[in-house]
Amino acid sequence: MKLSSPVRQLGLAAIAFVLVAACGGTSSAPASCSAKTATSVADCGGIDSLYAAAKAEGALNVIALPLDWANWGEIIPAFKAKYPGIKVNSANPQGSSQEEIDAINQLAGTKDAPDVVDVGMKVMLANTQLFAPYKVATWSDIPAAQKEASGVWFQDYGGYMGIGYDPTKVPGGTLNSISDLLGSGFKSKVALAGDPTISNQALNGVIMIAVANGGSLDDVAKGVDFFKSLKAAGNFVPVKGTIATIKSGQTPVLVEWDYLSAAHVKDVPGWKIFVPANATIGGYYAQGISKGAPHPAAARLWEEFLYSDQGQNLFLKGYARPVRMDAMVKSGRVDATAAAALPKVSGTPLFPSQAQSAAASAYLSSKWAQAIA
Amino acid sequence: MTSAGEPAVDPAARPVRGGRGLPLTWLGVTPFFVYVGLFLVLPSLIIGSGSFTGKDGGLSLENLSDIQKPYIARALINSITVSIASALAGAIAGALLAYAVATGNPHGVLRRTVTSASGVLAQFGGVTLAFAFIATMGTIGFVTLFLKDHGIDIFANGVWLYELSGLTLVYTYFQIPLMVLVFLPALDGIRPQWREATESLGGNTWHYWRCVAGPLLAPAFLGCTLLLFANAFSAYATVAALITQGSIVLPLVISNLFTSETGRAQPGLAKALALAMIVIVAIVMLLYTLLQRRTSRWLR
Repeated sequence: MKLSSPVRQLGLAAIAFVLVAACGGTSSAPASCSAKTATSVADCGGIDSLYAAAKAEGALNVIALPLDWANWGEIIPAFKAKYPGIKVNSANPQGSSQEEIDAINQLAGTKDAPDVVDVGMKVMLANTQLFAPYKVATWSDIPAAQKEASGVWFQDYGGYMGIGYDPTKVPGGTLNSISDLLGSGFKSKVALAGDPTISNQALNGVIMIAVANGGSLDDVAKGVDFFKSLKAAGNFVPVKGTIATIKSGQTPVLVEWDYLSAAHVKDVPGWKIFVPANATIGGYYAQGISKGAPHPAAARLWEEFLYSDQGQNLFLKGYARPVRMDAMVKSGRVDATAAAALPKVSGTPLFPSQAQSAAASAYLSSKWAQAIA
Repeated sequence: MTSAGEPAVDPAARPVRGGRGLPLTWLGVTPFFVYVGLFLVLPSLIIGSGSFTGKDGGLSLENLSDIQKPYIARALINSITVSIASALAGAIAGALLAYAVATGNPHGVLRRTVTSASGVLAQFGGVTLAFAFIATMGTIGFVTLFLKDHGIDIFANGVWLYELSGLTLVYTYFQIPLMVLVFLPALDGIRPQWREATESLGGNTWHYWRCVAGPLLAPAFLGCTLLLFANAFSAYATVAALITQGSIVLPLVISNLFTSETGRAQPGLAKALALAMIVIVAIVMLLYTLLQRRTSRWLR
């Protein structure tokens, strides 16, 4: 038994460490704030005591926030500047929504588990049991359809499906209708931002084309037919469009979210976006606070920041449409310059429901490969 | 630790052949069997059991019958087509190159250059190879643009690089060097004396190839072609980097069935497809082994 005693000591040390760490966490936070169960900032006695509790936790774990996506690159430093003393650990910036959920499950109980997520709606609705209800101070500004009533999830920013293009590579320098894409001037130029049987963004791209061509949110067949013609015309590039293929010129015309497309102007001077008036397809991302968040107060403080005027205007500066936009336009708190720089959208926005997306996805799984073969 | 009943073992004593105690000869191969068990047998078992597990977790043949779905059948046919085409092209070109090398000076510069280059290029698959082709022969590749400036549009009838024909071309790039490597030993086994014997018996070149070298090399050639087929059939990274739309071949379909974020993820079906690939490769490798056995009878 002599040999095993160091192991036992190690085990005892580990248990002691966990106990100390746990006590440390509860004792240093103000007694008025049990952040783990707080459903609003009032439960924590106001923003100042929430900040104090978050500072005592010392860190915030965020995941899958690419710095060139929806202005996260400016939002994270702004949060750190406003609330000094909280370290922001940004994990796996290029990860997918599904990988955020996987991280919550795989790292559960560790100090590295994500505190908050920013995920697509499909993934959010499939995993609502992982999230704690919380209502930010500006809750009433969020349209009812864009939040879960108890605050399990609430959308943060979004945009519309558009067609981004390099005007120097397009006949006439402008794109005015989707049928133009079939013309001979677009040979090997048009791409999607992924395979629509895998990528949600690409799926919405096909839905957008379908609606523009006389289909509907319930009928994606016309979109598949369009890509079939595009392929037959030799205009379709079967490559996943990314910032790299745009820079190299491989995909000078790319169907993608307008807020991602708008940012390409930094890399391709003069980059433009066309959003068809008769097919304005919208999509929003959603925030959720993990039930097992290792830093529950910091997670709630982060949400308060994202949904403050400052946070929402920072999304806007990154060409994404913040969820409180309408209310902020009415109250005059919106950043007017940033709002004016948004890609122009003239049509009535349509939002595919989960059932419609699922039906479109099922149709594509059997038809897509053949259409572009 | 030591009990009184056991004789003390002198640590410096060398093991005596035929001595008492457990035979320890198997220790040397243990790492190999552990490795094979963990990375070949275990995954195969997981794939096998997963293939017969339905969505509800029970025993089911649903995944296997789903293989008949048109888009999957099409990918399977594409996979077989591109593998046969690139294997034949690689085998013929590689065999000719190997013949040129084998008949040259065995210690010459040509042979050393070709064999070492083949050793490197046979492994030059994957993402690097795909990007090499995109950069040279893609729509904005410098070869494409150079030819366009001189009035030749290689993509006048569509961008075939991102289709089966393009994929065959890209695969051939690593198939030819592999053929050189695996076929050269067979060619080296052909002795010049056999040709001299044919000629002294009045035979000409045709007789020599038809009746001596041909029959000797045919099993080796076919065997190597089958190896190339399996090589192309299982290739994933090259095609994944080259063609990101439409799951043109089976490995891409399998990958998509695991990663879809639009609700198309079907791990059971993916495993059934992997099982189908294992069966096809197993048949091919069985034929390869039989042909190798026939080859080695003559060419030692």
